[in-house]
Formats: sequence, structure tokens, C-alpha cells
Amino acid sequence: MRGWGLKSWGHVPALAWTGAFFVLPLVAMLLMSVSERIGGKITLTWTLGNYQAFLTKAEGTFVGALVNSVEVTVLTTILSVLVAYPLAYILAYRVPVRWQRLVLVLTILPFWTSYVIRSYSWLLVLSENGVINQFLVGAGLLAEPVGMGNSRFATVLGFVHFFAMLLTLTIYANLVQIKDSYRKAAADLGANAFQAFWHVTLPLSLPGVAVGAFLTFVLAIGDYITPQILGGSKELLLPQAVMLQLGRQADFPLASALSMVLMLVVTVAFLLSARHLKMGRV
Amino acid sequence: MSARLGAWASWAYLGVALLFIFLPVLVLVQFSFQEGLAPVPPFDGPSLKWWAKVMANRKITDGLWNSLLVGLGSAAMATILGFLAAYALARRKHRLSGLYQFLLMAPITVSYLIIGMGLQITFNHLGLGKSLWAIGIGHVVINLPLTFAILYSQLGEHQANIERAAYDLGASDARVILEITVPMLWPALLAAFFIAATLSWDEFVIAFLMSRFDVTLPVVIWSMLRSGLSPELNAAGTLVFAISILAVALVELLLWRARRNAN
Repeated sequence: MRGWGLKSWGHVPALAWTGAFFVLPLVAMLLMSVSERIGGKITLTWTLGNYQAFLTKAEGTFVGALVNSVEVTVLTTILSVLVAYPLAYILAYRVPVRWQRLVLVLTILPFWTSYVIRSYSWLLVLSENGVINQFLVGAGLLAEPVGMGNSRFATVLGFVHFFAMLLTLTIYANLVQIKDSYRKAAADLGANAFQAFWHVTLPLSLPGVAVGAFLTFVLAIGDYITPQILGGSKELLLPQAVMLQLGRQADFPLASALSMVLMLVVTVAFLLSARHLKMGRV
Repeated sequence: MSARLGAWASWAYLGVALLFIFLPVLVLVQFSFQEGLAPVPPFDGPSLKWWAKVMANRKITDGLWNSLLVGLGSAAMATILGFLAAYALARRKHRLSGLYQFLLMAPITVSYLIIGMGLQITFNHLGLGKSLWAIGIGHVVINLPLTFAILYSQLGEHQANIERAAYDLGASDARVILEITVPMLWPALLAAFFIAATLSWDEFVIAFLMSRFDVTLPVVIWSMLRSGLSPELNAAGTLVFAISILAVALVELLLWRARRNAN
């Protein structure tokens, strides 16, 4: 026997898996979003009613949820970049090379805590009798403890905590690939440290920022746990709205339509960032 | 602008950032040793009371076992499928290579919530029940792009030349793959496997939507959370964290050894 011919069929099992358990479910969901529940049975009627419900039902609750989601996600992405960039920069240029790997692993260690547990931990920190309040009241900076959980602030804080670690990783990976000689050349040509950073290092590191920011956007806008645990139910984000339809109402058609809207937003973000990536390279 | 001021500011920023990153973890771990009922200051421990409770909690230990099972099983599947696809696409130019790669990477841009819901709808329609198998199937979907990308990036020209040399010496396809390609790729295969296992082990939404009676640990913790804050949750969370850290340390060690051997 000469061989298995793996080169000609090796990709088939993976493609079959992706087709059966990813593409097919998406098509099923698309069809579900144009179906109706008639007398407890779901029937494909090619209706756009579910999308109409997204726009008008419950006095714009769903459109509001979309707006909230986009606002929280954009804010999260910007803040995470602002926190992570200096951190990645310090790791790449200030920490001695032989310690870098160790410091990097330590810096993103909490990345490996369970996602549910991480949000829960922030709840402990932020609650009315939590660590921060006890510290602030104890130091006399605050007269009365302030509950900081169940708010948009808490959601964004929880998100930034997680995604700053992710972005530190992508930006660091990009920074260490930039050759030192570029900065030295800039310095030789008379640029001061800030000019060298602004005109050389920063533009060259933008691909790492773009990759991390895109991942942050996709993962944050689709996340249900963080807003549910930290944000509470005072204001609804889109994934929470989807889960509400699934849970209490078992309204699969509406949940599917809402998910399609969510996917559309991510696609738009992808197209925007793909263009930005190309511009960054030129 | 003095360089010393810059250096000082750097270390200060690093300190503050690390405090921010570690604050919730430290609070979590410390108050798992709380004596009282509330996992908030003042700390009145150390006590192992809640740890004992976690270890005796059948839901948690079952969830732990289920999570390990799903994590290791789905990671093995994702790594095998990812390797086969990466090998075929890296070693032969297929007419639709671009499309294949796009399809294999596509799940990475779709929220877990949407993937889970789509699977739920499909399984409902086909009359397939919720189970650990269903969770595992979903986890292979989300991990396949990662294992494929990691392994594809490691199958470059350098490795292809070594494989060609083995072919010239008369080795069969099977022998080249088993005795040349797989051993060469060993660190990448392990890294892909462990990353997939860790992500699956911690995944919530798909596990939540695809499970009914047998649930994984994140789902158990989620349902415990509904009854409010408790040091028992802290202990359970610390346990999960400790296991993840062990896995990460193991990968780091293996990669470090692989790099050292390569030099």
C-alpha cells in the first residue's frame, strides 16, 4: 500500500463538521427567523413579522437593547485598547527580554479564571459591602458605601478587565516583531523619543491593535454572562434580550431574528475593520 | 524629559495595571477561606469549611467530571480534524482552497450564543436530545478554527522539505505522516489541544443551551449564583482557576522544553 492519500481528502472531515454543525444551524436559524408560531407550532411562512417586532415591539425595547449593546461594546473596545497599549509597550520595551515571557504569562494569568467566576468576582469587589467600598469608607474618602454592581459601569469594568488582557497579548505580539533598527533610524534622523513612537512604532503596531479590537468587539457584543451578572436587568443588552426570548417565552422565531441582527452588526464591524487593516498596511 | 522619570512611570503603570488585573482574583481566592456566610470584608478566616462543602457537593464534582470529559474529548476531536485539514490544505493546492479556509475559519466571527442557538434549533428539529455529546459537538465547532489555524501556520516549506526527503528515501505516506510530520508538529499539536480543552472547559452559553440533566461546571456555578453570593462559590471558582492554571503551566513547560530542544 502506497499511502492514505491524506493530501487529497484530509480537509473533508473538518469541512463536513463545519457544514453540518455550523452552516446548517445558521441556515436553520435564518429560516426560523422568517417563521411564525401558530397555535404552539412553528411554521415557515416567510414572514418578516419577527424583524418588524424587533423594530416596534414593546416600545422599542429591542432597538434600545441594540443601541445599548453597541454603546457598551464600543466603549469597552476603546477603554481596553487604552489600558492595554501602555501595558504591552512596557512589557515589550521596558521589561528585560529574559523576563518578558514570565511577566507576560503572569499578566494574563487571570485570563484563565472561569468566565462566569470572573464576573462573580467583580460583583464581590464592587458590592455595597465589598472591598472597594470598605476601603474608601475606611480611608474617609466616602461617607456612605455606594453599590456599584448592577450598572453599566460594572458591565464595562468587567469587560475591560477581560479584554485588556486579550489586547495586551495581541499588541505585545505585534510590538516584539517591530525591528529595533527602525526606531534607531528615526533617532539618527533627529526624532526624539516621542516622535519616533508616534511616527514609527505606533503605526507599525496598528495591525495588532486592529486584530485585538476586532476580537474584543465580536466577543463583547455577543456575550450574555457579563451584562447579566454585572449589569443586572436594569438595562437590557441584545444577548440578554435573545436569552429572554429563549427562556421564558420559548419564542425561537423572534430570538432568531434578534440573533440575525446581532450577526449583521458583527459583519459590519468586520467589513469596517478589514478595510482599516488594509489601510494600516499601506 | 528624563529617562528615569519615564522608567519610574512605566513601573508605576505596570503595578497599577497588575493590581487591576489581579484584584478580583485575589478577592475570590481569599474569601474562599472565609469563616462566615458572606464573602466580603472583614475577613474572619482562614477556614476550610467552604472547601469541604464544595468537595462534598455532588453537583460540583459531577460538573467537574463532565467538564473534563467534554473538554478533553472535544479538544481531541478538534485537534484531529484541524490537523487533517491543515495537512491537506498546506501540502496540496486544491481548486477551492480559499473557500475551504474561509469556511473553516468562519465560526470565529460568530458569537457562541448564535452558534449554540442554531445548534439547539437544528437538534430540536431532528429530534436529537440535549446531552454532553451535544455540548461536545458545539465545542468542536468553536475550537476547530483555532486548532486549524495553529497547525496550518506550523506546516511550512521547511517541514515540507524534510517530508520530501523521506519520500525520496522510499517512505510511504502513512510512514511520513506518523514518523516525520506528527513528531515535528508535536509542540503545536499539544498547544492546540490544550487551548481547545481550556476554552471548552470554561465555555458557558453553548453548554447551557445544549444541556439538561448532565451539566458542565460553568453551568453548575451559574445556577449556584442564582441563590446569591457565598464563600462556597469562591471555593468552587478557586478550584476551577487552579485546574486551569495547572493546564497553562503544563503547556508553558512543554513549549519551553520544545524551544530548548530546537535550539
